[in-house]
Amino acid sequence: MLSLHQVTVTYGAAVAVDDVSLELSAGEVLAVLGPSGCGKSTLLRAVAGLEPVSAGRITFDGGDLAGVPTHKRGFALMFQDGQLFNHQSVGANVGYALRIRHRPRREVATRVEELLELVGLAGYADRAPATLSGGERQRVALARALAVEPRLLLLDEPLSALDKSLRERLALDLREILTRAGTTALFVTHDHEEAFAVADRMALMRAGRPVQDGTLAEVWEHPADSEAASFLGYPTVLDGSAADAVLTAAGLPVGDGVALRRSALRVSAEGPLHGVVLSSRVTPDAVRVEVDVPGVGVVASVTSDGTAPPSPGQEVRLEVARNRLAVIPRR
Amino acid sequence: MKRLLTLAGLAALPVLVLGVFFVLPVTGMLGQGLWPDGRFAPGDVLEVLARPRVHRVLWFTVWVAATATLVTLLLGVPTAYALHRLRVPGRSVVRAAFLVPFVLPTVVVGIAFDRLVSTGPLEVLGLDGSPVTIIAAMVFFNLAVVVRTVGAAWEGLDPRPGEAAAALGASPWQVFRTATFPALRGSVVSAASVVFLFCSTAFGIVLVLGGLRYSTVETEIYLLTTSLFDLPAAAALCLLQLLVVTVLLLLAARARSAPGQAARRRVEPSRVRLYDAPALLATALGLLLVAVPIAMLVTGSLRVDGAWSLANYRALDTTGGDGLVDVTVVEALVNSLRTAVDATWIALLIGGLVAVIATRRSHGPAERRIRGLLDGFFMLPLGVSAVTLGFGFLITLDEPPVNFRESPLLVPIAQALVAMPLVVRTLVPVLAGIDDRQRQAAHSLGASPLRALVTIDLAVVWKPLLAAAGFAFAISLGEFGATSFLSRVDHPTLPVLIYRLLGQPGTHNYGMALAAAVVLALATASVMFVVERLRVPGVGGF
Amino acid sequence: MNRALRTTLATITALTLTGAASCTLLADDGDDSGETKIEATDGVDPADAIAGTTVTLVTHDSFNLPKKLIRQFQKDTGATLKIRPSGDAGKLTNALALSQSNPIGDVAFGVDNTFASRAVDEDVFATYAAELPGSAEKLRLDGDAGDKLAPIDQASVCVNVDTAWFEKNDQEPPTSLDDLTDPAYKDLTVIPGAATSSPGLAFLLATIAEYGDDWPDYWTDLVGNGAELTEGWTDAYYGGFTGGGDGDRPIVVSYDTSPAFTVDKKTGETTTAALLDTCFRQVEYAGVLENANNPVGGQAVVDWLLSPEVQAALPDNMYVFPVDDSVALPKEWAKFAQQPTEPYEVSADDISEHRAEWLTEWTDIVSR
Repeated sequence: MLSLHQVTVTYGAAVAVDDVSLELSAGEVLAVLGPSGCGKSTLLRAVAGLEPVSAGRITFDGGDLAGVPTHKRGFALMFQDGQLFNHQSVGANVGYALRIRHRPRREVATRVEELLELVGLAGYADRAPATLSGGERQRVALARALAVEPRLLLLDEPLSALDKSLRERLALDLREILTRAGTTALFVTHDHEEAFAVADRMALMRAGRPVQDGTLAEVWEHPADSEAASFLGYPTVLDGSAADAVLTAAGLPVGDGVALRRSALRVSAEGPLHGVVLSSRVTPDAVRVEVDVPGVGVVASVTSDGTAPPSPGQEVRLEVARNRLAVIPRR
Repeated sequence: MKRLLTLAGLAALPVLVLGVFFVLPVTGMLGQGLWPDGRFAPGDVLEVLARPRVHRVLWFTVWVAATATLVTLLLGVPTAYALHRLRVPGRSVVRAAFLVPFVLPTVVVGIAFDRLVSTGPLEVLGLDGSPVTIIAAMVFFNLAVVVRTVGAAWEGLDPRPGEAAAALGASPWQVFRTATFPALRGSVVSAASVVFLFCSTAFGIVLVLGGLRYSTVETEIYLLTTSLFDLPAAAALCLLQLLVVTVLLLLAARARSAPGQAARRRVEPSRVRLYDAPALLATALGLLLVAVPIAMLVTGSLRVDGAWSLANYRALDTTGGDGLVDVTVVEALVNSLRTAVDATWIALLIGGLVAVIATRRSHGPAERRIRGLLDGFFMLPLGVSAVTLGFGFLITLDEPPVNFRESPLLVPIAQALVAMPLVVRTLVPVLAGIDDRQRQAAHSLGASPLRALVTIDLAVVWKPLLAAAGFAFAISLGEFGATSFLSRVDHPTLPVLIYRLLGQPGTHNYGMALAAAVVLALATASVMFVVERLRVPGVGGF
Repeated sequence: MNRALRTTLATITALTLTGAASCTLLADDGDDSGETKIEATDGVDPADAIAGTTVTLVTHDSFNLPKKLIRQFQKDTGATLKIRPSGDAGKLTNALALSQSNPIGDVAFGVDNTFASRAVDEDVFATYAAELPGSAEKLRLDGDAGDKLAPIDQASVCVNVDTAWFEKNDQEPPTSLDDLTDPAYKDLTVIPGAATSSPGLAFLLATIAEYGDDWPDYWTDLVGNGAELTEGWTDAYYGGFTGGGDGDRPIVVSYDTSPAFTVDKKTGETTTAALLDTCFRQVEYAGVLENANNPVGGQAVVDWLLSPEVQAALPDNMYVFPVDDSVALPKEWAKFAQQPTEPYEVSADDISEHRAEWLTEWTDIVSR
């Protein structure tokens, strides 16, 4: 189990990672989610042993990792763009870590085949990395990282370079592969969907500092603050009188902030809030309506199934679904 | 802290070697000039720098070297393209041919050039003894540097950005200017700075071709030291030279810090197209410039008493006597090859270490500065005259613990000092082009630093490394200045023997010297050709 | 790793290993001379005193003697003779001066009369009055230097003309220094530079001896008359002279011995001639070095260089005349290499005092 205790990493005068403590149990996948430049990649690199830690301790299964060079940590790191060795074939890339450990040639060959099959690239062993698509390259990188069953797999935005549909599909594959192999993984990303698709637990980071961590559900249901809520994917985050208005409408005590999922506000004839429709758009799931609610502002909402989309300028009433919002405690 | 220790550990050997075999001797000689009678007298030095003659010499050095560098680039860059990116028939032979001038004894080339412009077909141009001839000879000697350095970088350059530019409507020239050149800039600046240093410190060419009418800083130091015994003045010029070189290196380092990293991949040479004509023309011109003096040399070696004959070559394995220096050309060639093997491994070892140190990712600006300084520091040997270094060896390496005056390795080390900067400049752009995350990926998969060096760095710098080895070997084979100073009488290298033959009266000695020069050129060309062959297609695929 | 690369790697490794074993110079030992100092002891034959020691002779690049003679020396003395070339005469003198306190050898040969004073002034040489052959006495230097340096060989630098060329072109060759500034000989002369070559310096000294303080005017005229200057003797004689290589100028500054090397095989006559009224004599000296480890060995080397065997070998091996005129000269030398009877002379002290000034002025004249 990986444990970070008050870890700080600095670059000259700049503090990239500031006093971060985290725990990761065996077999668990932890996503560190944060915007670009928040220090999450530096944190990952510090765990990998690629950045010196200026303060704090990183331990694995109780052993302090300070002074253990990268190659002796028994981890594996997978980069955003895979960093395949272009001068080696796909098979040679996947077998790299095994060859380094002087495993018998036959065992390497078998394992390479196994791994390629695992990532859905059976028969690709002799291809050159340069001939692969982006998704295929990432799969090869994953297979390469998994080859020696690392104690800990470190993933640095492994899917960000891919297009959306591929990303969604590969995220699910990744989740399945990691679960099936029982791999412990630390995974950094700026994409909340990726984090939700792959991880068991999640830690939010901002400006080098941890904001919040917990299981997916915990984090999702109780964002630490409004910024965290926005980053987690809530389209509407309110506070002050706007929040009070919505909370009142939901029958909840006022005084806190509130983060609303799109489906938290629904067009309904009996709803407690009322406003003017700015635009509406039909999507496969629902009709999305932007409504300007006096005292609250412009909010995203949906219509009930089967109702015709309201036209801009039309007055509507909105009801609030209590199970589709998150209360953000005021500090 | 630990990182700095590792850095210090890696840098220890190169710094030690440079310290003992460069800094110590040079400061020793400077000391002789600055402390003429054991008393510090910087006034003499300042007085020297005020002499109008010194200003003239400095100006001549700078403009001639700058012009020669520019011409070398204008011919060399297109040639690098043609020989490394186009499917030109006989590419490897031509590439090897460009390296031949590198090893030819200056005096032999000087005579060939002199004859070309004074009695040959170019007599009408009236170039005898003009700076144009000097510049042409400098280009002759240095084309290989540009072709090799830039060619090695160009070979692995990802063509897609260029193709993208072309697709956006850029003409071939615009593609070169906006997409290709920025990616090549590191190697071009590298090559240019090396060529400029070679040109501005050229010695033999200026003396032989300038007919004593022109003086460069280097020849002036030589004359002041060996002929006028004016060590303070020599020290002044030496300091001036070091200063100029340092400024140049700083400028080059700034220009080199190219934005971003160029993607590298294996590219098949492409078919020659119409718009390649200018590049091919430049290649032809360069080849002509290299071939004509060599051809004059070859014909000279085949003429005996006004008739064609192989007599000069038949004489190569004879000594004609029992004299102490009656070493056959074949024996001298063997001496040369042995010395070159040593010089090459020393230059590769030290230069390789320096290149690795200079290109490793730095933590913090202090470390980056240290790495940058080391990189520049190892270029300095190019900026110091062989005479200063040679005498410095004699007066500083004579006492334990640095009692190396008698060491048989002194000659190869002196040669390696000259070759090392070239090795560094060839390797640095390539190593710097490797995404550091490749190494990190390897580390994280369990590769030790050494293993990562072999599987990541070596796999990519393989070709440039061979090119650098070839260079070092060729430089060593042709080196004369320091060698003549330090070599042992019964083990002369081939250039020393050629010089000796030329120093003796009798036309058969002259013919034999020319034949020996041709043999030297052939030996080098074959070594280079073998190196080319070693660069097996697909070596990329480790 | 693919096979091609592995083979390459193996080859390189093998080469490197072979290199380390035999291709490199590391396999040679440097056979360092012992640091023990050997002093002459009264009553002991010096020849015995140096048996088993190493004596190092520092000399210039052109040094050459038959191996047989060197073996003989080693056999006679029991000492090992190590020869160490240190560039041309100028570099040699400089190397000796700079390493005076810890010299690079025990004895030096090759410092000539144009450099001798510089070396003596720097206390490079120890006193050793070698026994000279009678004919060498007149070449002894004046003052202290005479007891430190022994003349070993001499050759004169003279203007040489390609007589065959002048015959073919139906023109009278020049005969004196004055003639070289005659417009009739415009663009016909090639001269090695005084600042970069020792024959060049010797020729400058000849003109200084002839014209005194007016020598700069002579040189101005000479350059004005199209004289070509080269770096060294090699490119003057082979590169510029019609009689030596493929040059285009029939007048060159070379040696009095040069005509012996231009004998036409068909006619048996030489095609060039040295103008004996234009000569400056260069004498090369040997001397034991101050602070030497093995001064007795050094003395033995000086004596050996003066021995009839070595003297007789000088013409064929170093293209100079022996100082001992009792030894026989090679046949072609006797016939074609005539020595000047009254060469120009400038005293070594004068040279020492003015050389820098003269060379600086000369350089300014020719590099205008």
